[in-house]
Amino acid sequence: MKYWTIVYAGLTRKKWRTVLTISSIAIAFLLFGLLRSVAVAFTEEVDLAGDDRLVVMSKLSFIEPLPFSYWQRLKSIEGVKQVAHREWFGGTYQDRSNFFPKWPVPPKEYFEVYSDLIISEKEKNDFINTRTGMVVGQRLAERFNWKIGDKIPIMGDIYPKKDGEMLWTFDLVGIFSNPDNLNDEDQAFLNYYYFDEARSFGEGTIGNFVVQVDDKSDNERIAKEIDTMFANSSDETKTGTEASFSKMFASQIGDVGFIMNSILSAVFFTILLVTGNTMSQAIRERTSELAVFKTIGYLDSTILLLVLAESAILCLLGAIIGIGLALFLFFGGGLQDSLYGFFGDIAFKPAIIGSAMLLAILTAIVSGLPPAIFAMRLKVVDALRRN
Amino acid sequence: MSETLIKVENVNKTYQRGGETLTVLDGLNLDVPNQDFLALMGPSGSGKSTLLNLMGGLDTPTSGGIGINGVQLDQMNAKQLSSWRSSNVGFIFQFYNLLPVLTADKNVELPLLLTNLSKSQRKDHVLTAMKAVGIDDRSDHKPNELSGGQQQRVAIARALVSDPDILVCDEPTGDLDRNTATEILELLKILNEDHGKTIIMVTHDPVAAESAKRVLHLDKGKLTN
Repeated sequence: MKYWTIVYAGLTRKKWRTVLTISSIAIAFLLFGLLRSVAVAFTEEVDLAGDDRLVVMSKLSFIEPLPFSYWQRLKSIEGVKQVAHREWFGGTYQDRSNFFPKWPVPPKEYFEVYSDLIISEKEKNDFINTRTGMVVGQRLAERFNWKIGDKIPIMGDIYPKKDGEMLWTFDLVGIFSNPDNLNDEDQAFLNYYYFDEARSFGEGTIGNFVVQVDDKSDNERIAKEIDTMFANSSDETKTGTEASFSKMFASQIGDVGFIMNSILSAVFFTILLVTGNTMSQAIRERTSELAVFKTIGYLDSTILLLVLAESAILCLLGAIIGIGLALFLFFGGGLQDSLYGFFGDIAFKPAIIGSAMLLAILTAIVSGLPPAIFAMRLKVVDALRRN
Repeated sequence: MSETLIKVENVNKTYQRGGETLTVLDGLNLDVPNQDFLALMGPSGSGKSTLLNLMGGLDTPTSGGIGINGVQLDQMNAKQLSSWRSSNVGFIFQFYNLLPVLTADKNVELPLLLTNLSKSQRKDHVLTAMKAVGIDDRSDHKPNELSGGQQQRVAIARALVSDPDILVCDEPTGDLDRNTATEILELLKILNEDHGKTIIMVTHDPVAAESAKRVLHLDKGKLTN
């Protein structure tokens, strides 16, 4: 601790340079915290027992439909509590910028499977009994100032009606909420039976099934049983948890884990150069000061450690600020909820903090070692003469 | 004057430069008694700074011996020399070489960080050294808030703080005006006469050399008087 004075002097010699370097490192670790969370989620094994809902989709692709007839067969599997399904409707409300997901669903079963969506019994029954019924999340209703009883026009872009008409009009019969996950409130559900009858093609098919199980420890068996049941048919299935479905959905844009890790590698290579350059410059500027330290009796090894300590403080401080910001954005700033919609359940694991600190130390050593060795090897007489 | 403190015996110092051997010190012999105040003078390249560095334990001779208080510096490795310097020699430079971001007292404290003294003991030593050079009222000022003379006083306090026997001064007044230089030379005389420090000073300034008890001239690596 007594050497803190010297380390502090080194760090505060050029305050702005220190602040900017720490800021660069902090940004790198902010990205590390956020991107590693996503990368870890995409590279780790999916825990099948982590969810009481399984998603059944076409083995070929998530855009391939499945036959509606699978529904009854899925219900018959032992351990299955309820089965619902959904279909991507697409469509635009007034303007393309007003995007929100619209899903034709079986009204009764869907709200049983998704019991975390809160809706009054009356509104649920109205949805079941209204062929052109539509229910929307609280946040979506507030966004467009919709009220129950409103007629909502949606311009279709995938499914025209049988008469060729692209404009679909739905009756808003209910508003649901989910205080635990506000992202759920950004979607709308349509009555599947009306949609299926009215659409001009694709009748009798659905996008994917959502299977609710009695006991989530049975997930692995049930998933295997489902896929075996439809193996060698014209519509083979692939069953996984909702989390794995979200990840698979996002994986359509590429190997997300690889992309995230590649970005991080580039960021850290740059940071290594930035920090290394800063440290080298800082040490070169202090040649005469280092010579004075050596003159008054500081050992070469002490000088080496002092320079490395300076580098370590820069990197660790940057890492702490960066990871702190990432944690704030993740939990305080609602980023976790926002990511959920696209990547599924992303966790900020303690291991990420640990690996960030290790990475900070590694960065400090790699970037600090060359100038530290330069300082250690500096010949006092030569340095004094240069001065 | 008393017994010999520094004994330089047949010292040679050569450098290799571009395949050529450059002789800086050529078979030099010198005895420096305890409590001496010695001024080394000579033209540039005469070897005075090299001799000063050898006697201060900053460099080792190519051949020959340097003994200080019974210790042979030429037999020591770099680590041993560092430890020896920290407790036996104080260095005073022409350009003060203070750390600009540290206050005067923190600059003076730097040699004491190598000791096992407690914080309060270090503080006491720093205060004593600063009082000895008359700069204790500027202890919380940074170098850029001090005049050249005041900065050199801080540098002298830093050299004194670990109470070494020898003070090695390389052009200590070279960057100061005449009045301030006189003050610094007076201070060095006090440290020599009242505090018993042995002082070896390299200077180009004949007026500064007059403050010393002895003046030796070097030319081409040899003493000329």
